[in-house]
Amino acid sequence: MNDMTPTREQREAKLEGMGCKRKRVEDIRFTQGKGNYVDDLKLPGMLHGDFVRSPHSHARVKKIDDTEALKVPGVLAVITAETLKTVNLAWMPTLAGDVQMVLADGKVLFQNQEVAFVVATDRYAADDGINKVVVEYEPLPVVIDPFKAMDKDAPVLREDLAGKTTGAHGPRKHHNHIFEWTVGDKDLTDAAFRKAEVTIKEMISYHRTHPSPLETCQCVCSFDKIKGELSIWGTFQAPHVIRTVVALIAKIPEHKIHVISPDIGGGFGNKVGAYPGYICVAVASIVTGKPVKWVEDRIENLTATSFARDYHMTTEIASTKEGKVTGLRVHVLADHGAFDACADPSKWPAGFFNIVTGSYDFPTAHLSVDGIYTNKAPGGVAYRCSFRVTEAAYCIERAMDILAQKLGMDPAELRLKNFIKAEQFPYHSALGWEYDSGDYHTAMRKMMETVDYAGLRKEQAALRAAFKRGETREIMGLGVSFFTEIVGAGPSKNCDILGIAMFDSCEIRLHPTGAGIARVGSKSQGQGHETTWAQIIATEIGIPADDIMVEEGNTDTAPYGLGTYGSRSTPVAGAAIAMAARKIKAKAQMIAAYKLEVHEDDLEWDIDGFRVKGLPEKTMSMKDICWAAYNSVPPGMEPGLEAVSYYDPPNMTYPFGAYICVMNIDVDTGVYKVRRFYALDDCGTRINPMIIEGQVHGGLTEAFAIAMGQEIRYDADGNVVTGSFMDFFMPTAVETPHWETDFTVTPSPHHPIGAKGVGESPNVGGVPAFSNAVNDAFSFLGSTHIQMPHDYWRNWKAAKDLGVFA
Amino acid sequence: MAKTHVTMKVNGTEVEGLVEPRTLLVHFIRENLSLTGTHIGCETTHCGACTVDIDGMSVKSCTMFAVQAQGSDITTIEGVANADGSLSALQEGFRMMHGLQCGFCTPGMILRAQRLLKENPSPSEEEIRMGISGNICRCTGYQNIVKAIQYAAAKINGVEFREAAE
Repeated sequence: MNDMTPTREQREAKLEGMGCKRKRVEDIRFTQGKGNYVDDLKLPGMLHGDFVRSPHSHARVKKIDDTEALKVPGVLAVITAETLKTVNLAWMPTLAGDVQMVLADGKVLFQNQEVAFVVATDRYAADDGINKVVVEYEPLPVVIDPFKAMDKDAPVLREDLAGKTTGAHGPRKHHNHIFEWTVGDKDLTDAAFRKAEVTIKEMISYHRTHPSPLETCQCVCSFDKIKGELSIWGTFQAPHVIRTVVALIAKIPEHKIHVISPDIGGGFGNKVGAYPGYICVAVASIVTGKPVKWVEDRIENLTATSFARDYHMTTEIASTKEGKVTGLRVHVLADHGAFDACADPSKWPAGFFNIVTGSYDFPTAHLSVDGIYTNKAPGGVAYRCSFRVTEAAYCIERAMDILAQKLGMDPAELRLKNFIKAEQFPYHSALGWEYDSGDYHTAMRKMMETVDYAGLRKEQAALRAAFKRGETREIMGLGVSFFTEIVGAGPSKNCDILGIAMFDSCEIRLHPTGAGIARVGSKSQGQGHETTWAQIIATEIGIPADDIMVEEGNTDTAPYGLGTYGSRSTPVAGAAIAMAARKIKAKAQMIAAYKLEVHEDDLEWDIDGFRVKGLPEKTMSMKDICWAAYNSVPPGMEPGLEAVSYYDPPNMTYPFGAYICVMNIDVDTGVYKVRRFYALDDCGTRINPMIIEGQVHGGLTEAFAIAMGQEIRYDADGNVVTGSFMDFFMPTAVETPHWETDFTVTPSPHHPIGAKGVGESPNVGGVPAFSNAVNDAFSFLGSTHIQMPHDYWRNWKAAKDLGVFA
Repeated sequence: MAKTHVTMKVNGTEVEGLVEPRTLLVHFIRENLSLTGTHIGCETTHCGACTVDIDGMSVKSCTMFAVQAQGSDITTIEGVANADGSLSALQEGFRMMHGLQCGFCTPGMILRAQRLLKENPSPSEEEIRMGISGNICRCTGYQNIVKAIQYAAAKINGVEFREAAE
């Protein structure tokens, strides 16, 4: 061995495999303005489409007159529901089994609903055209308050469903009712409550908000009449699903549809669903024979495409007087807006809300969810969370604090007392999930030690005493949150979208010189897959990450995948990548054995190649195996070195974490200060710690926004009053707190590399931490639960209502 | 609509074009000049994705008409790299400190940070946070953007960059 021979450490480092804080591949183009987003696309002869939208939240559309609009220079067509009916596209199916108007068909059901689509030579002419379309409306009474939607005399919203007593998810009990979903043992749970020494009951609302990625939803369609092919570039988190949906509803053969998701400027769940804009732009391209672009503006994005949350959760816990929980009962009133367009796996009308037992060992639980229609925008997407998991985590984490308060126990102590123990995994929850792995006590104690939890409580007690003596107007809250997520949808036995199982996929092709390409069914919107996917491959097969190009988003080249949302990329696509790599490694081993003239079993893996057991100098690197794969494979073996894997996960993964927020509030102004926020995450095996930390920072910032002010609010007439960045809280660098991150590692036992997913954990765990901090601050003044969002005004109002100014 | 002839300097090159009086500068930059690194996020001057540098000031190009930029000297993200094509200190800082994720806010953020460092070559964390408060990022939570700007400031000032302990 001479001095030039790299050491094992150098060989490992060269790979930049799993565990490495590898710098991102994507950043080279993004920092130079060379990203390729949908609105950057410019095709010859491209037209622009834009919507006429309804000013009313519920009205009959009496007449649409496009005469003057068609006289506007540059305007080529005005598409209405009548136009769409000729191609049977006036309505479209939703992912939740409902139907949704593409353009207003006889009536409008929410403010800013799409009424007509104006196609013009450029975006300015389209806007001129919109201003000249005359729509005659007859306003109708509105349903805005979800608690009044099922009143006997409530206005009928969905006339198209008249007489339909059964929907996609079973019986409907009212004309504005969508579904009732129940899980758990009702009798056992009712019995637990009858026997309970202590119970709590609270209506905990999680307000309507919006994912609002910085890039809005956008789409370009180009129909080639000669070939009969439709090319679609769009901001799609799930491009293959879009291709299948288009094939099914537009009746174009699926192989003649080319869907491309280029770089996406953030998604957060907003870009999972199918929107009227996509349909209209496709029809416009077919009608005009030219490429057509549709770019949503910010107001349209906030008011028309995919809200999140709007869950009103009546929550009860039964407990012993020592604080051992004995039962959980939750009823949710779920406001779905005008159409049920939730982007959940098909069989899950309330997503995975039945993770609501959280991190605690509830012997029994019962959950029922009523989905209802109101005159609000459709959606109900998973805004940086797995399906309805953030609602569930907020519900249970808030309720545990309320129980602690009633028992006079410390909230952290109550949690420690009720955690599922490490030895109970795999754990079967009362609402039907099998938690794969966890060590909650270790994570919680690490959090408490790191922040000196006991010391903070002492400080809080002293400040409360000083407040009562009139020496300060500041109050202090500790927001504890211990969440368990359920991500990685999902196993084919219980997860599908429109009948397609929620597997994911990877194809790896290694070239003769030892470099290669990996194509994956997921689609990054900023998560950095081009960087991390190559790291998995590097560790698995010893090819440096720099030598692996990762490609996603082109349905012609990528294997079929279900896309990126619900923290499913690492649990599902990440597993497919590892499995494809292992297929390659198995073939590589046969080639190496042949070349080294030994039996396969005599070889062992060593960082970046194989070596003969007991003869460490007799080796063959993966790079050399790649070359051999193209010129001297064993007799009878096919040349080449590539593999495809479609991975159907055996179970979900269950990331968890212990968060704490330390906050002071000035009762006279409601102004709060986040003094400290500490987030410990356990996402199993960590692929790239730098990217994980970045994901946690971003998720916490979105949690901060939601808990402290970000809301889509309607007035009594159904007008959106928070429809632009002027009114919709978007934290800047000034408001955003400093984040401290930490971790434990409890690998998933069923995932090939033990990874669980992390992107959404900080949002799921962050919201209850903030809200619990505010509620904890006020609790000594006699409050039990203050609804989110906790902006300055509401904090001041809470103080006022508690008699602080008396 | 009648068109107006405009000329301006963009990234050191004289450019011209015919625009409607109502054409927004960001559309002129993106569509007429095909410089698509400048992005549009809100159309209401809140998010800063469209930030460019005009005559020594950070300007949100989504709420300025192209005709108002007549005769001005503009820098967009495409004009930020070093003359030899290598990444500028800020571009490098954003990559090294993981100051970006989806990349959509990044061009505006870098343009803003570049002007900030010209006005204040050694800003404190608080000054950086205030200095970029006109630019919204939905992905990073700003913490690593602050570090990216500190990294660049250190590099430009020729001092060693030390990451602040958490």
